[in-house]
Amino acid sequence: MESRIRSIFLRAMQTLLVGMASLLSHTLLAQEPVSTQGEQVIVPELERRTIQEPKIDTEDFEVGVYAGALSVEDFGVNPVYGARLAYHVTEDIFTELTVGTTKTSKTSFELLNGSIQLLTDDERNFTYYDIGLGYNLFTGESFFGKRAFNSDVYALGGIGNTHFAGDDHFTWSIGAGYRFLPNDWLAIDIRVKDHIFSSDILGVNKTTHNIEVVGGLSIFF
Amino acid sequence: MRTIIFFLLVAQFLLAGSALAKEDFLEVTIADPYTELHTGPGRAYPIFHVIDRGEKIKILKRKTDWFKVRSAKGVEGWVHRNQMEQTLTASGQKLDFNEATLEHFTKRRWEMGLLGGDFDGAASLSLYGSYYFVPQLSVELLGTQAIGNFSSNLILSTRLVAHPFPEWRISPYFALGTGIIDTTPKATLVSTTDRQDNIGHVGVGADVYLTKRFVLRLEYTNYVVFTSRDENEEINEWKAGFAVFF
Repeated sequence: MESRIRSIFLRAMQTLLVGMASLLSHTLLAQEPVSTQGEQVIVPELERRTIQEPKIDTEDFEVGVYAGALSVEDFGVNPVYGARLAYHVTEDIFTELTVGTTKTSKTSFELLNGSIQLLTDDERNFTYYDIGLGYNLFTGESFFGKRAFNSDVYALGGIGNTHFAGDDHFTWSIGAGYRFLPNDWLAIDIRVKDHIFSSDILGVNKTTHNIEVVGGLSIFF
Repeated sequence: MRTIIFFLLVAQFLLAGSALAKEDFLEVTIADPYTELHTGPGRAYPIFHVIDRGEKIKILKRKTDWFKVRSAKGVEGWVHRNQMEQTLTASGQKLDFNEATLEHFTKRRWEMGLLGGDFDGAASLSLYGSYYFVPQLSVELLGTQAIGNFSSNLILSTRLVAHPFPEWRISPYFALGTGIIDTTPKATLVSTTDRQDNIGHVGVGADVYLTKRFVLRLEYTNYVVFTSRDENEEINEWKAGFAVFF
Protein backbone atom coordinates (compact mmCIF):
# COMPACT_ATOMS: atom_id res chain seq x y z
CA MET A 1 0.00 0.00 0.00
CA GLU A 2 2.69 2.35 1.04
CA SER A 3 4.84 1.51 -2.02
CA ARG A 4 1.88 2.10 -4.31
CA ILE A 5 1.27 5.55 -2.93
CA ARG A 6 4.98 6.27 -3.26
CA SER A 7 5.05 5.16 -6.91
CA ILE A 8 2.04 7.40 -7.76
CA PHE A 9 3.68 10.30 -6.02
CA LEU A 10 6.97 9.71 -7.84
CA ARG A 11 5.25 9.46 -11.22
CA ALA A 12 3.43 12.72 -10.54
CA MET A 13 6.73 14.37 -9.62
CA GLN A 14 8.31 13.01 -12.79
CA THR A 15 5.59 14.37 -15.07
CA LEU A 16 5.75 17.70 -13.34
CA LEU A 17 9.54 17.94 -13.73
CA VAL A 18 9.47 16.92 -17.40
CA GLY A 19 6.74 19.43 -18.04
CA MET A 20 8.67 22.21 -16.33
CA ALA A 21 11.87 21.36 -18.15
CA SER A 22 10.19 21.39 -21.57
CA LEU A 23 8.47 24.70 -20.77
CA LEU A 24 11.77 26.18 -19.60
CA SER A 25 13.58 25.02 -22.73
CA HIS A 26 10.81 26.49 -24.89
CA THR A 27 11.01 29.89 -23.35
CA LEU A 28 14.78 29.84 -23.51
CA LEU A 29 14.62 28.94 -27.19
CA ALA A 30 12.12 31.67 -27.86
CA GLN A 31 14.27 34.28 -26.13
CA GLU A 32 17.45 33.22 -27.81
CA PRO A 33 17.34 35.11 -31.14
CA VAL A 34 16.48 38.41 -29.43
CA SER A 35 19.11 38.06 -26.75
CA THR A 36 21.88 37.11 -29.16
CA GLN A 37 21.17 39.51 -32.01
CA GLY A 38 19.88 42.43 -29.95
CA GLU A 39 18.30 44.13 -33.00
CA GLN A 40 15.14 44.03 -35.09
CA VAL A 41 14.81 41.15 -37.50
CA ILE A 42 13.14 43.28 -40.16
CA VAL A 43 14.25 46.86 -40.47
CA PRO A 44 11.57 48.93 -42.28
CA GLU A 45 12.99 50.91 -45.16
CA LEU A 46 10.64 53.82 -44.49
CA GLU A 47 11.80 56.45 -42.07
CA ARG A 48 9.06 58.03 -39.99
CA ARG A 49 8.76 61.69 -40.84
CA THR A 50 8.51 64.15 -38.03
CA ILE A 51 5.67 66.40 -39.09
CA GLN A 52 5.82 70.03 -38.15
CA GLU A 53 2.44 71.54 -38.75
CA PRO A 54 2.73 75.08 -40.12
CA LYS A 55 0.92 77.75 -38.22
CA ILE A 56 -2.21 79.16 -39.80
CA ASP A 57 -2.00 82.85 -40.58
CA THR A 58 -4.82 84.64 -38.74
CA GLU A 59 -6.15 87.95 -39.96
CA ASP A 60 -8.37 89.18 -37.16
CA PHE A 61 -6.83 92.63 -36.77
CA GLU A 62 -7.52 95.57 -39.04
CA VAL A 63 -5.55 98.80 -39.14
CA GLY A 64 -6.43 101.80 -41.23
CA VAL A 65 -6.46 105.52 -41.86
CA TYR A 66 -9.32 107.77 -42.85
CA ALA A 67 -10.11 111.32 -43.90
CA GLY A 68 -13.29 113.30 -44.29
CA ALA A 69 -15.31 116.11 -42.83
CA LEU A 70 -16.32 116.73 -39.22
CA SER A 71 -19.04 119.20 -38.38
CA VAL A 72 -18.26 120.66 -34.96
CA GLU A 73 -21.35 122.32 -33.52
CA ASP A 74 -20.97 126.14 -33.74
CA PHE A 75 -17.42 125.80 -35.08
CA GLY A 76 -17.97 124.92 -38.74
CA VAL A 77 -17.34 121.91 -40.92
CA ASN A 78 -13.68 121.03 -41.08
CA PRO A 79 -11.43 118.40 -42.65
CA VAL A 80 -10.70 115.54 -40.24
CA TYR A 81 -7.99 112.85 -40.29
CA GLY A 82 -7.75 109.76 -38.20
CA ALA A 83 -6.54 106.24 -37.68
CA ARG A 84 -8.21 103.16 -36.34
CA LEU A 85 -7.32 99.71 -35.06
CA ALA A 86 -9.96 97.00 -35.00
CA TYR A 87 -10.10 93.46 -33.69
CA HIS A 88 -12.68 91.15 -35.21
CA VAL A 89 -13.93 88.99 -32.35
CA THR A 90 -16.37 86.92 -34.39
CA GLU A 91 -17.71 87.23 -37.91
CA ASP A 92 -20.38 89.55 -36.46
CA ILE A 93 -18.70 91.59 -33.74
CA PHE A 94 -15.61 93.77 -33.72
CA THR A 95 -14.07 96.23 -31.30
CA GLU A 96 -12.09 99.24 -32.36
CA LEU A 97 -9.99 102.09 -31.16
CA THR A 98 -10.25 105.32 -33.15
CA VAL A 99 -8.20 108.50 -32.93
CA GLY A 100 -8.95 111.58 -35.01
CA THR A 101 -8.17 115.26 -35.17
CA THR A 102 -9.39 118.42 -36.86
CA LYS A 103 -8.78 122.14 -36.63
CA THR A 104 -12.05 123.97 -36.11
CA SER A 105 -12.91 127.26 -37.78
CA LYS A 106 -14.49 130.41 -36.35
CA THR A 107 -18.07 130.63 -35.14
CA SER A 108 -20.51 132.88 -36.99
CA PHE A 109 -20.31 135.26 -34.05
CA GLU A 110 -16.53 135.59 -34.42
CA LEU A 111 -16.84 136.07 -38.18
CA LEU A 112 -19.38 138.88 -37.79
CA ASN A 113 -17.35 140.62 -35.06
CA GLY A 114 -13.96 140.55 -36.70
CA SER A 115 -11.89 141.37 -33.63
CA ILE A 116 -13.37 138.94 -31.12
CA GLN A 117 -11.65 135.57 -30.56
CA LEU A 118 -13.46 132.98 -28.43
CA LEU A 119 -10.63 130.45 -28.50
CA THR A 120 -6.89 130.60 -28.85
CA ASP A 121 -5.24 128.93 -31.82
CA ASP A 122 -4.29 125.94 -29.69
CA GLU A 123 -7.78 125.58 -28.26
CA ARG A 124 -9.25 125.28 -31.76
CA ASN A 125 -7.74 121.81 -32.16
CA PHE A 126 -10.42 119.17 -31.78
CA THR A 127 -8.94 115.73 -30.98
CA TYR A 128 -10.94 112.67 -30.05
CA TYR A 129 -10.40 109.03 -29.24
CA ASP A 130 -13.01 106.38 -28.70
CA ILE A 131 -13.33 102.71 -27.93
CA GLY A 132 -16.20 101.20 -29.80
CA LEU A 133 -18.09 98.02 -30.44
CA GLY A 134 -19.29 97.25 -33.94
CA TYR A 135 -21.83 94.83 -35.28
CA ASN A 136 -21.96 93.66 -38.89
CA LEU A 137 -25.64 94.05 -39.69
CA PHE A 138 -25.71 93.11 -43.36
CA THR A 139 -22.91 90.85 -44.49
CA GLY A 140 -23.00 89.92 -48.14
CA GLU A 141 -21.87 90.77 -51.60
CA SER A 142 -21.88 93.96 -53.64
CA PHE A 143 -22.01 93.64 -57.40
CA PHE A 144 -20.07 95.77 -59.84
CA GLY A 145 -20.99 94.65 -63.32
CA LYS A 146 -20.66 90.88 -63.21
CA ARG A 147 -18.12 90.80 -60.42
CA ALA A 148 -19.15 90.25 -56.82
CA PHE A 149 -17.21 91.67 -53.88
CA ASN A 150 -17.62 90.95 -50.19
CA SER A 151 -19.09 93.78 -48.17
CA ASP A 152 -20.58 94.61 -44.76
CA VAL A 153 -22.89 97.26 -43.45
CA TYR A 154 -22.18 97.78 -39.77
CA ALA A 155 -23.41 99.74 -36.77
CA LEU A 156 -21.05 101.28 -34.24
CA GLY A 157 -21.30 102.52 -30.67
CA GLY A 158 -18.61 103.70 -28.32
CA ILE A 159 -17.32 105.86 -25.52
CA GLY A 160 -14.30 108.08 -25.46
CA ASN A 161 -12.87 111.50 -24.87
CA THR A 162 -12.82 114.67 -26.90
CA HIS A 163 -10.25 117.34 -26.24
CA PHE A 164 -11.55 120.67 -27.48
CA ALA A 165 -11.36 124.29 -26.34
CA GLY A 166 -8.76 123.32 -23.74
CA ASP A 167 -11.06 120.81 -22.04
CA ASP A 168 -11.72 117.11 -22.00
CA HIS A 169 -15.28 116.01 -22.70
CA PHE A 170 -16.63 112.55 -22.09
CA THR A 171 -18.05 111.52 -25.44
CA TRP A 172 -20.59 108.99 -26.66
CA SER A 173 -20.36 107.98 -30.27
CA ILE A 174 -22.80 106.21 -32.56
CA GLY A 175 -22.48 105.53 -36.22
CA ALA A 176 -22.83 103.25 -39.19
CA GLY A 177 -20.64 102.33 -42.07
CA TYR A 178 -20.16 100.36 -45.24
CA ARG A 179 -17.08 98.18 -45.65
CA PHE A 180 -16.13 97.04 -49.12
CA LEU A 181 -13.46 94.35 -49.56
CA PRO A 182 -11.70 94.28 -52.96
CA ASN A 183 -9.74 91.26 -51.70
CA ASP A 184 -9.12 89.33 -48.44
CA TRP A 185 -6.80 91.80 -46.78
CA LEU A 186 -7.88 95.21 -48.04
CA ALA A 187 -10.99 97.16 -47.04
CA ILE A 188 -12.48 100.43 -48.22
CA ASP A 189 -14.65 101.99 -45.59
CA ILE A 190 -17.25 104.76 -45.64
CA ARG A 191 -18.81 105.77 -42.35
CA VAL A 192 -20.95 108.36 -40.63
CA LYS A 193 -20.43 108.89 -36.91
CA ASP A 194 -21.94 111.25 -34.38
CA HIS A 195 -19.77 112.39 -31.46
CA ILE A 196 -22.06 113.49 -28.63
CA PHE A 197 -20.76 115.41 -25.63
CA SER A 198 -21.93 118.17 -23.34
CA SER A 199 -20.08 121.43 -23.53
CA ASP A 200 -20.16 124.86 -21.89
CA ILE A 201 -17.81 126.59 -24.31
CA LEU A 202 -20.43 129.21 -25.23
CA GLY A 203 -21.44 129.90 -21.61
CA VAL A 204 -24.36 127.52 -21.17
CA ASN A 205 -24.14 123.80 -20.76
CA LYS A 206 -25.56 121.98 -23.75
CA THR A 207 -25.33 118.64 -25.51
CA THR A 208 -23.53 118.98 -28.81
CA HIS A 209 -23.75 116.66 -31.81
CA ASN A 210 -20.70 116.56 -34.01
CA ILE A 211 -21.31 114.57 -37.14
CA GLU A 212 -18.46 113.11 -39.10
CA VAL A 213 -18.42 111.65 -42.62
CA VAL A 214 -15.21 109.86 -43.55
CA GLY A 215 -13.75 107.48 -46.08
CA GLY A 216 -10.89 105.17 -45.19
CA LEU A 217 -8.58 102.44 -46.27
CA SER A 218 -7.53 99.56 -44.04
CA ILE A 219 -5.66 96.28 -44.16
CA PHE A 220 -6.22 93.04 -42.27
CA PHE A 221 -3.29 91.34 -40.59
CA MET B 1 16.54 109.05 -49.83
CA ARG B 2 17.13 107.18 -46.61
CA THR B 3 13.39 106.86 -45.99
CA ILE B 4 12.89 105.49 -49.53
CA ILE B 5 15.54 102.85 -48.91
CA PHE B 6 13.91 102.05 -45.58
CA PHE B 7 10.49 101.58 -47.20
CA LEU B 8 11.99 99.45 -49.96
CA LEU B 9 13.65 97.26 -47.33
CA VAL B 10 10.40 96.96 -45.40
CA ALA B 11 8.52 96.12 -48.61
CA GLN B 12 11.11 93.52 -49.52
CA PHE B 13 10.92 92.02 -46.06
CA LEU B 14 7.12 91.86 -46.24
CA LEU B 15 7.18 90.31 -49.72
CA ALA B 16 9.80 87.79 -48.66
CA GLY B 17 7.64 86.97 -45.67
CA SER B 18 4.55 86.38 -47.76
CA ALA B 19 6.50 84.32 -50.32
CA LEU B 20 7.84 82.16 -47.53
CA ALA B 21 4.39 81.70 -46.08
CA LYS B 22 3.02 80.59 -49.45
CA GLU B 23 5.17 77.48 -49.67
CA ASP B 24 4.25 76.24 -46.28
CA PHE B 25 0.50 75.68 -45.91
CA LEU B 26 -1.05 73.09 -43.67
CA GLU B 27 -2.65 70.31 -45.71
CA VAL B 28 -5.59 68.33 -44.38
CA THR B 29 -7.92 65.63 -45.68
CA ILE B 30 -11.70 65.93 -45.61
CA ALA B 31 -13.23 63.28 -43.34
CA ASP B 32 -16.85 64.47 -43.44
CA PRO B 33 -19.00 63.30 -46.37
CA TYR B 34 -18.47 66.78 -47.83
CA THR B 35 -17.31 70.27 -46.91
CA GLU B 36 -18.96 73.48 -48.04
CA LEU B 37 -17.01 76.42 -49.42
CA HIS B 38 -18.41 79.92 -48.90
CA THR B 39 -17.37 82.95 -50.97
CA GLY B 40 -16.45 84.90 -47.83
CA PRO B 41 -15.67 84.51 -44.14
CA GLY B 42 -19.24 84.57 -42.84
CA ARG B 43 -22.38 82.46 -42.80
CA ALA B 44 -24.19 85.00 -44.98
CA TYR B 45 -21.83 84.47 -47.90
CA PRO B 46 -23.20 81.94 -50.41
CA ILE B 47 -21.91 78.38 -50.75
CA PHE B 48 -20.42 78.01 -54.23
CA HIS B 49 -18.48 74.76 -54.09
CA VAL B 50 -18.42 71.41 -52.30
CA ILE B 51 -15.38 69.23 -51.63
CA ASP B 52 -15.89 65.47 -51.13
CA ARG B 53 -14.53 63.13 -48.50
CA GLY B 54 -10.94 62.06 -49.04
CA GLU B 55 -9.89 65.16 -50.94
CA LYS B 56 -6.98 67.20 -49.71
CA ILE B 57 -7.19 70.92 -48.99
CA LYS B 58 -4.59 73.50 -48.07
CA ILE B 59 -5.35 76.02 -45.32
CA LEU B 60 -4.30 79.46 -46.51
CA LYS B 61 -5.44 81.74 -43.70
CA ARG B 62 -7.96 82.30 -40.95
CA LYS B 63 -10.39 85.14 -40.16
CA THR B 64 -12.34 84.77 -36.91
CA ASP B 65 -13.92 81.28 -37.14
CA TRP B 66 -13.47 80.95 -40.90
CA PHE B 67 -10.64 79.33 -42.83
CA LYS B 68 -9.65 80.11 -46.38
CA VAL B 69 -8.78 76.85 -48.12
CA ARG B 70 -7.58 75.76 -51.55
CA SER B 71 -8.72 72.45 -53.00
CA ALA B 72 -6.53 70.13 -55.09
CA LYS B 73 -8.23 71.57 -58.18
CA GLY B 74 -7.28 75.08 -57.13
CA VAL B 75 -10.71 76.28 -55.97
CA GLU B 76 -10.43 78.75 -53.08
CA GLY B 77 -13.17 79.41 -50.54
CA TRP B 78 -14.00 79.79 -46.87
CA VAL B 79 -14.90 76.94 -44.49
CA HIS B 80 -16.28 77.25 -40.96
CA ARG B 81 -14.29 75.95 -37.98
CA ASN B 82 -16.94 73.30 -37.18
CA GLN B 83 -16.26 71.64 -40.53
CA MET B 84 -12.50 72.15 -40.34
CA GLU B 85 -12.48 70.24 -37.06
CA GLN B 86 -13.71 67.20 -39.01
CA THR B 87 -10.61 67.08 -41.21
CA LEU B 88 -7.54 64.92 -40.71
CA THR B 89 -3.92 66.03 -40.66
CA ALA B 90 -1.07 64.17 -42.37
CA SER B 91 -0.55 62.13 -39.19
CA GLY B 92 -4.16 60.94 -39.38
CA GLN B 93 -5.35 62.93 -36.40
CA LYS B 94 -8.25 65.31 -36.17
CA LEU B 95 -7.28 68.93 -36.61
CA ASP B 96 -7.19 70.64 -33.24
CA PHE B 97 -7.23 74.43 -33.17
CA ASN B 98 -6.33 74.76 -29.52
CA GLU B 99 -9.21 77.11 -28.75
CA ALA B 100 -8.87 78.87 -25.42
CA THR B 101 -10.70 77.31 -22.49
CA LEU B 102 -11.11 77.90 -18.76
CA GLU B 103 -7.76 76.15 -18.27
CA HIS B 104 -6.04 78.68 -20.53
CA PHE B 105 -7.75 81.43 -18.53
CA THR B 106 -6.30 80.00 -15.30
CA LYS B 107 -2.80 79.82 -16.78
CA ARG B 108 -2.85 83.12 -18.66
CA ARG B 109 0.37 85.12 -18.89
CA TRP B 110 -0.70 88.41 -20.47
CA GLU B 111 -3.96 90.28 -20.25
CA MET B 112 -5.15 93.56 -21.76
CA GLY B 113 -8.39 95.32 -21.07
CA LEU B 114 -10.56 98.40 -21.23
CA LEU B 115 -12.81 99.60 -18.44
CA GLY B 116 -15.42 102.30 -18.12
CA GLY B 117 -16.88 103.57 -14.90
CA ASP B 118 -17.64 106.23 -12.36
CA PHE B 119 -14.76 108.10 -10.73
CA ASP B 120 -16.36 110.04 -7.90
CA GLY B 121 -19.10 111.35 -10.20
CA ALA B 122 -16.86 111.78 -13.22
CA ALA B 123 -16.90 109.41 -16.18
CA SER B 124 -13.74 107.33 -16.30
CA LEU B 125 -12.00 105.29 -18.98
CA SER B 126 -9.18 102.90 -18.17
CA LEU B 127 -6.73 100.86 -20.15
CA TYR B 128 -4.64 98.19 -18.45
CA GLY B 129 -2.12 95.50 -19.19
CA SER B 130 -1.07 92.70 -16.83
CA TYR B 131 1.64 90.13 -16.61
CA TYR B 132 1.16 87.02 -14.46
CA PHE B 133 4.26 85.72 -12.67
CA VAL B 134 2.22 82.80 -11.37
CA PRO B 135 -1.55 82.28 -11.65
CA GLN B 136 -1.96 83.80 -8.16
CA LEU B 137 0.05 86.99 -8.67
CA SER B 138 0.27 89.59 -11.40
CA VAL B 139 1.67 93.05 -11.96
CA GLU B 140 -0.43 95.64 -13.78
CA LEU B 141 0.06 98.95 -15.54
CA LEU B 142 -3.06 101.06 -15.44
CA GLY B 143 -3.91 104.33 -17.16
CA THR B 144 -7.17 106.09 -16.29
CA GLN B 145 -8.72 109.23 -17.67
CA ALA B 146 -11.59 110.71 -15.67
CA ILE B 147 -13.61 113.51 -17.19
CA GLY B 148 -15.67 115.50 -14.69
CA ASN B 149 -17.67 118.71 -14.68
CA PHE B 150 -14.96 120.77 -13.00
CA SER B 151 -11.75 119.03 -13.90
CA SER B 152 -10.26 116.14 -15.77
CA ASN B 153 -7.76 113.70 -14.30
CA LEU B 154 -5.14 111.47 -15.77
CA ILE B 155 -3.88 108.70 -13.49
CA LEU B 156 -0.96 106.42 -14.19
CA SER B 157 -0.31 103.61 -11.74
CA THR B 158 1.41 100.30 -11.25
CA ARG B 159 0.04 97.69 -8.93
CA LEU B 160 0.34 94.19 -7.60
CA VAL B 161 -2.73 92.00 -7.90
CA ALA B 162 -3.37 88.82 -5.91
CA HIS B 163 -5.73 86.21 -7.36
CA PRO B 164 -6.34 83.69 -4.56
CA PHE B 165 -8.58 81.40 -6.64
CA PRO B 166 -7.24 81.52 -10.21
CA GLU B 167 -9.00 78.28 -11.20
CA TRP B 168 -12.48 79.66 -10.55
CA ARG B 169 -14.58 80.89 -13.44
CA ILE B 170 -15.41 83.96 -11.35
CA SER B 171 -12.00 84.73 -9.91
CA PRO B 172 -11.80 87.43 -7.23
CA TYR B 173 -8.72 89.62 -6.83
CA PHE B 174 -7.19 92.23 -4.55
CA ALA B 175 -4.97 95.02 -5.78
CA LEU B 176 -2.54 97.41 -4.16
CA GLY B 177 -0.95 100.15 -6.19
CA THR B 178 0.71 103.51 -6.43
CA GLY B 179 1.11 106.18 -9.06
CA ILE B 180 0.59 109.81 -10.02
CA ILE B 181 -2.54 111.84 -10.70
CA ASP B 182 -2.57 114.83 -12.98
CA THR B 183 -5.49 117.22 -12.46
CA THR B 184 -6.49 119.81 -15.06
CA PRO B 185 -9.33 122.16 -14.08
CA LYS B 186 -11.94 123.13 -16.68
CA ALA B 187 -10.78 125.96 -18.94
CA THR B 188 -14.08 127.80 -18.44
CA LEU B 189 -13.58 127.97 -14.66
CA VAL B 190 -11.77 130.77 -12.91
CA SER B 191 -8.14 130.05 -13.54
CA THR B 192 -6.65 127.47 -11.21
CA THR B 193 -3.40 125.81 -12.15
CA ASP B 194 -2.71 122.22 -13.12
CA ARG B 195 -1.37 120.07 -10.37
CA GLN B 196 0.27 116.70 -10.01
CA ASP B 197 0.07 114.54 -6.88
CA ASN B 198 1.05 111.09 -5.76
CA ILE B 199 -1.76 108.62 -5.42
CA GLY B 200 -2.16 105.24 -3.77
CA HIS B 201 -5.01 102.79 -4.14
CA VAL B 202 -6.54 99.54 -2.99
CA GLY B 203 -8.90 97.64 -5.20
CA VAL B 204 -11.14 94.63 -5.00
CA GLY B 205 -12.78 93.00 -7.97
CA ALA B 206 -13.46 89.91 -10.00
CA ASP B 207 -12.43 88.52 -13.37
CA VAL B 208 -15.20 86.51 -14.99
CA TYR B 209 -14.21 84.11 -17.76
CA LEU B 210 -16.72 84.52 -20.59
CA THR B 211 -15.66 82.57 -23.65
CA LYS B 212 -12.67 82.09 -25.94
CA ARG B 213 -10.09 84.68 -24.82
CA PHE B 214 -12.57 87.06 -23.21
CA VAL B 215 -12.86 88.19 -19.63
CA LEU B 216 -15.35 90.48 -17.93
CA ARG B 217 -13.81 92.57 -15.17
CA LEU B 218 -15.62 94.37 -12.35
CA GLU B 219 -13.78 96.47 -9.79
CA TYR B 220 -14.13 98.86 -6.90
CA THR B 221 -11.11 101.03 -6.15
CA ASN B 222 -10.42 103.37 -3.28
CA TYR B 223 -7.85 106.06 -4.07
CA VAL B 224 -5.98 108.26 -1.64
CA VAL B 225 -4.50 111.40 -3.19
CA PHE B 226 -1.50 112.69 -1.22
CA THR B 227 -2.14 116.39 -1.77
CA SER B 228 0.12 119.27 -0.81
CA ARG B 229 -2.74 120.57 1.34
CA ASP B 230 -3.26 119.54 4.96
CA GLU B 231 -5.79 116.83 4.19
CA ASN B 232 -5.50 113.88 1.87
CA GLU B 233 -8.31 113.38 -0.58
CA GLU B 234 -10.20 110.11 -0.93
CA ILE B 235 -11.83 109.01 -4.18
CA ASN B 236 -14.05 106.00 -4.85
CA GLU B 237 -14.25 104.44 -8.27
CA TRP B 238 -16.50 101.73 -9.70
CA LYS B 239 -15.72 100.28 -13.07
CA ALA B 240 -16.47 97.43 -15.45
CA GLY B 241 -15.04 96.32 -18.75
CA PHE B 242 -13.67 93.64 -20.99
CA ALA B 243 -10.25 92.08 -21.37
CA VAL B 244 -8.50 89.60 -23.61
CA PHE B 245 -5.74 87.24 -22.46
CA PHE B 246 -2.87 85.49 -24.19
